[in-house]
Order: sequence, then C-alpha cells, then structure tokens
Amino acid sequence: MPGVKAAKQRSDVVVEIGGLPIRLRSSSSDFIRLVQERYAGYTTPSNDPHFNFDIDLAPAGTESRDEDLQVTWSSGRWLMERGDFRAEWNPSTARGRIEQTLNPYSLDSVLRIVHTLLLAGKGGFLVHASSAIRNGRAFLFAGVSGAGKTTMARLAPPDAALLTDEISYVILQSGGYFAVGTPFFGELARAGENLRAPVDCVYLLAKGSENKIDPVTGADAVRGLLGNILFFAKDPKFVKLVFDAAFDFVSRVPVRRLTFVPNSRVWELIV
Amino acid sequence: MNTKRYLARSTAIAARALGDETMVMSATNSTLFTLNEIATVIWEAADGTTPLEDIVADKICVKYDVAPEVALRDAEGLVMQLSEHGLLLISDQPIPRAKVAAA
Repeated sequence: MPGVKAAKQRSDVVVEIGGLPIRLRSSSSDFIRLVQERYAGYTTPSNDPHFNFDIDLAPAGTESRDEDLQVTWSSGRWLMERGDFRAEWNPSTARGRIEQTLNPYSLDSVLRIVHTLLLAGKGGFLVHASSAIRNGRAFLFAGVSGAGKTTMARLAPPDAALLTDEISYVILQSGGYFAVGTPFFGELARAGENLRAPVDCVYLLAKGSENKIDPVTGADAVRGLLGNILFFAKDPKFVKLVFDAAFDFVSRVPVRRLTFVPNSRVWELIV
Repeated sequence: MNTKRYLARSTAIAARALGDETMVMSATNSTLFTLNEIATVIWEAADGTTPLEDIVADKICVKYDVAPEVALRDAEGLVMQLSEHGLLLISDQPIPRAKVAAA
C-alpha cells in the first residue's frame, strides 16, 4: 500500500480481548480515538501488553476491495494481507505493524486474525456463533450467515448477557472451555459484554416450524463445529492445532442442533 | 493399470479417526473430508511403501465381500479423488517416509 506517512509522535491504546492485552499505536490521535470508541469496554490501562502493533495510515483511496485475504507464515512472521490492509506480526518479538487507511474495519479484521493465531497455540478458537451467558453458563449458537446467530442474540431475554452476535471466542482454561465476550459484532452492531463463563453447550442453528433440540454426536458434531470455526491461515501447523482443538472440544462439550422459530419462546429451551 | 502405485498421506493435512471413519482437513484450504470405513483402511495403509494393489488385496478383499477387480477399480477412483484434493500423494515409486503424514 503506497503513500504511508512517516511515524511521528504516537498515541496508543491497549485493547484486551480474551485476557490478551494488545497495544495499538498510531501517529494519528484521531485514529486512536476511533479505536477507543470502537473497542469501548475492551480498552484497558494496562502497561504490560502482551503484544504491540504500530499502525501506519495510508491515504484514503489507496485500498483495493478486490484482493482476497492471505495469511501466511514466513521467516518467523505472520503476514496478513487484504486489499484494505497489510500487516505483519512477529510472535517472538511480540511486535507487529499494520498499514491501513483510516477506518475501524481493517483493524478489526487484523485483530480477529491475530486472536485466531494466538488461540490456536492455547487450544482455543474463534467460531461463527453468537453467544450469551445465562445462569452462569455460556451457550453458543453456531451457523453460517443467515442461520440465525443475530436473531438468537436479539431474542435473548433480559437475564442473558450477550457475549457476541457474530464471532464467539473460546478459550481452554484450567482444563475447561470458556466463552468470553468480544467486541466483534455482526448485524447487531453492538459489542458483547466483557464477561466469561464455562461453555455449557454449542447449538448448531437451523430454522424450522417448531422449537426443538436434538443431540449431535460423533463425526456430525465435529463436522458441525469445524464448519463454523475460523481458519484464516493456510498453514499446516495452525490447521492441525485448530483441528485437534475442535476434536477435544467436542469430547468435552455437548453439541446439539437447535431448530427454532424466530420468536422469544426459543429461549425457554436455553437453560 | 500396468505399474504399481504407491500412496502417501500428504503432510499438509490434519486427520483423526472417529469410530470407523476418518476426518481429514486440508491445510491449504481448510476443506473437511470424511472417509468411510473402506476409505479409512486405504488411508491408514497409505504409508508410501505399500502399493495400492497390495492394500486392496491384503486389507480389503480379505475383509470385505468384494471382487478384487471391483475393489481395485473403486480404490483407484478413491485415491484419484483424494489426490486431486491434495490429501494423498501418488507415485509409481515408493515415497520417502519424510513425505508421509502420520495416520
């Protein structure tokens, strides 16, 4: 991406998702303010971030909408590239760099990718699912676009704390799986609550003429989960880590199919 | 088929057996494949040194009620499909162990 400005005085903000604080620095205080607004509820005063990213802003209009996302491992760095951003991240030095135009969406994509890579090494993953905490347990509602993730989030009763309507963040901690809130949202256009809870169940969403729950086991459960997990990197080591995590997850957490009519009565089943 | 065909599991995959099936994911495009019981037998035997003809004769025909020529034809179709998806390597020479993924 041409036309990147030279770095001058830099402002910063630390965004902490899933217990992983990442410092974002830019010479544009306007951009940092934009980031603070976008990630409200997930910024932290931490002076000890796990990773640091310097963000250089390119002039508007230099981005391309046509390029597909590429995530590759090369010479000890992850390289992430799409028409609207170019980023690199060296896990061993804990430093990275992002080139993008002044918008919050490119950074959002980079953070999603970085978190998938970080989680893979810790037995966790990001999955296309809305999620909410109810009675101290987290419930995930997984499905492709149009399956009803945001609908389930919209229908959630007042006693349910919404973690996300789009991308659920699953971590392995103390031998159990937890879902944590994320600022990654879909059609709801609202960040999830910054909370965490042990995962009770994953529901694979299917719209139907009645509300019902059916067990999903074995290969079908693995297929259902893997089909919704985010795989950004075309890297055998990364794919194997996430693949193994999915099998382990399914061996510990029930997977069920939730067929539902889009009204609030479906939540009577989610307890 | 006049020459022997040697098979090896690609290293650019992730695979796990689940019951009689095997789930295989391509590391290059994250596509997930499910191998049935017989395909799993071939997959597990694809060690780079055992020809397909021997796998069919020794692992399939002795276990399943199927004519050898039918079993071999079906096996050839299967390995071609797996090869096209980058999951399996096929060679007319034995394939070095370093290029073979664990079953």
